[in-house]
Amino acid sequence: MTVGTLAGLSESEVVGSLRGAAQRARSLFRAWFIATWIVLVGALVVALWVTGNIKPDFIASAGPFILGGAGTTVLISVVSIFFATLLAMAGALGRISRNPILNGLASLYVSLVRGTPLLVQVFFVYLALPELGIILPVIVGGIVALAFNYGAYMTEVFRAGIQAVPRGQREAAQALGMPERQIMTRIVLPQAVRIVIPAIGNDFISMIKDSSLVYVLGVSELLFRASTLGRRELASLSALLIAALIYWVLTIIFSYFQERLERRMARGDR
Amino acid sequence: MTGELSSGPPSHVGEVIVQARGIEKYFGENHVLRGVDLDVRQREVVMLVGRSGSGKTTFLRCLNFLEEPTLGWVEIDGVRADADPLHARSRAHQEQVRQLRLRAGMLFQDFNLFPHMTALGNCIEAPIKVRGISREEATATAEKYLNKVGLLEKKDEYPARLSGGQKQRVAIARALCMEPKVLMFDEPTSALDPELVGEVLRTMEELAHEGTTMIVVTHEMHFAREAADTVVFMEGGVVCESGPPEQVLSKPTDERTQRFLRRFLNLSS
Repeated sequence: MTVGTLAGLSESEVVGSLRGAAQRARSLFRAWFIATWIVLVGALVVALWVTGNIKPDFIASAGPFILGGAGTTVLISVVSIFFATLLAMAGALGRISRNPILNGLASLYVSLVRGTPLLVQVFFVYLALPELGIILPVIVGGIVALAFNYGAYMTEVFRAGIQAVPRGQREAAQALGMPERQIMTRIVLPQAVRIVIPAIGNDFISMIKDSSLVYVLGVSELLFRASTLGRRELASLSALLIAALIYWVLTIIFSYFQERLERRMARGDR
Repeated sequence: MTGELSSGPPSHVGEVIVQARGIEKYFGENHVLRGVDLDVRQREVVMLVGRSGSGKTTFLRCLNFLEEPTLGWVEIDGVRADADPLHARSRAHQEQVRQLRLRAGMLFQDFNLFPHMTALGNCIEAPIKVRGISREEATATAEKYLNKVGLLEKKDEYPARLSGGQKQRVAIARALCMEPKVLMFDEPTSALDPELVGEVLRTMEELAHEGTTMIVVTHEMHFAREAADTVVFMEGGVVCESGPPEQVLSKPTDERTQRFLRRFLNLSS
């Protein structure tokens, strides 16, 4: 006896109504989910509004100026993630190297950077390097600090990526008579990069937010513009809300692309 | 073949082109190969058979130093490499091994095509980068061999879009593009769905007919009987018996070979 005959329904009718129920449950969930967001965010805005702490005039006049800093934020993040990726690749090759000096150097780099706060590293570039006679343009200093920091974290990601390339790939290349260097550059690294691209995307999104730390250098990016203007006009709450909102929107946009990228890599040609 | 069972090489084969002497291999305390010798002549097809764990795959991998032997030496087409496990990473040894590998094409159980390159890309990579021939020439050679394995129309596909049998045939073309003196197969059909085994075995048989020198580790006994000039039966890290298939597979004299074949016949009947 099939299930359907119990309720006097055919099997296809049962399957159809089950599918309909599942669909209804899904859209109901989504509706409540979105409603929760709208209500909570709306309540927050109204609360701030009625207490009189949000200054619409300020938002109207300062908004575009603060938004202008987003370009610098994204620019710094893109350039920094690029150099961080190069550093990470070199670092990872060092970490898997059989040469004790190269391996030691790479390990020290990772340990040092991961053992100290990013803000300390930013200050180091800003305050300590000039004492050594090295004075970098602020934006360059910010990029140096961020790339240096992220490069260390990404070194470990790259190392894992290289080690995730199946052993057989290296063996096939060896059997074809390829020398070590070529096996690395032509066979292992291209596959490792594919493996770590989703992780680089994640790091880029973190970078967008961490790049705010370079405001202490005086780089005219998002947070710098918001905080200076907010203090000058005595409207820090409004200014910081604008900055936070812009960071939020930026990460939502890049997360969307990151997710699509990740799905594409998962499908990929591996 | 050395040993008391040698009945002389088949008439179509030529000079000895692969020689292995006294190959021993330890994995830690584990003595996997206990002194294996092998001679392979030009155009000869040698099949290594035996139970899993008998050392046949390790021996094959020792022949091109994918496993560094603990003792012994291998010579292929006049290039000799001696086991040197203490200096396995020295530049001189690595270069010697590389010269040896250039003379032997290797086929793997799980194909090991490069997933980030097309079928054609897989075939021209080493000829261009290692042998230093022009892209045009490498492409022409690759197309010739892809055509030989019946996959010319798949040359622009990535491995992920090929079936297991097609992957292994591309891998064969890739190996042939290096113009090796001998092709070595490590259980080339073990990872394949049963219905895909035939196409790979047919390709190998064609190569054998054309006079390709081959050393094959296999579990396909029927294939060994049909296509081998010489069958080498291994057990416990030594060669127990070797000779023409009709002798080793039908009238084995070694007790271990007899036991192995009895079990195999029981399984397949």
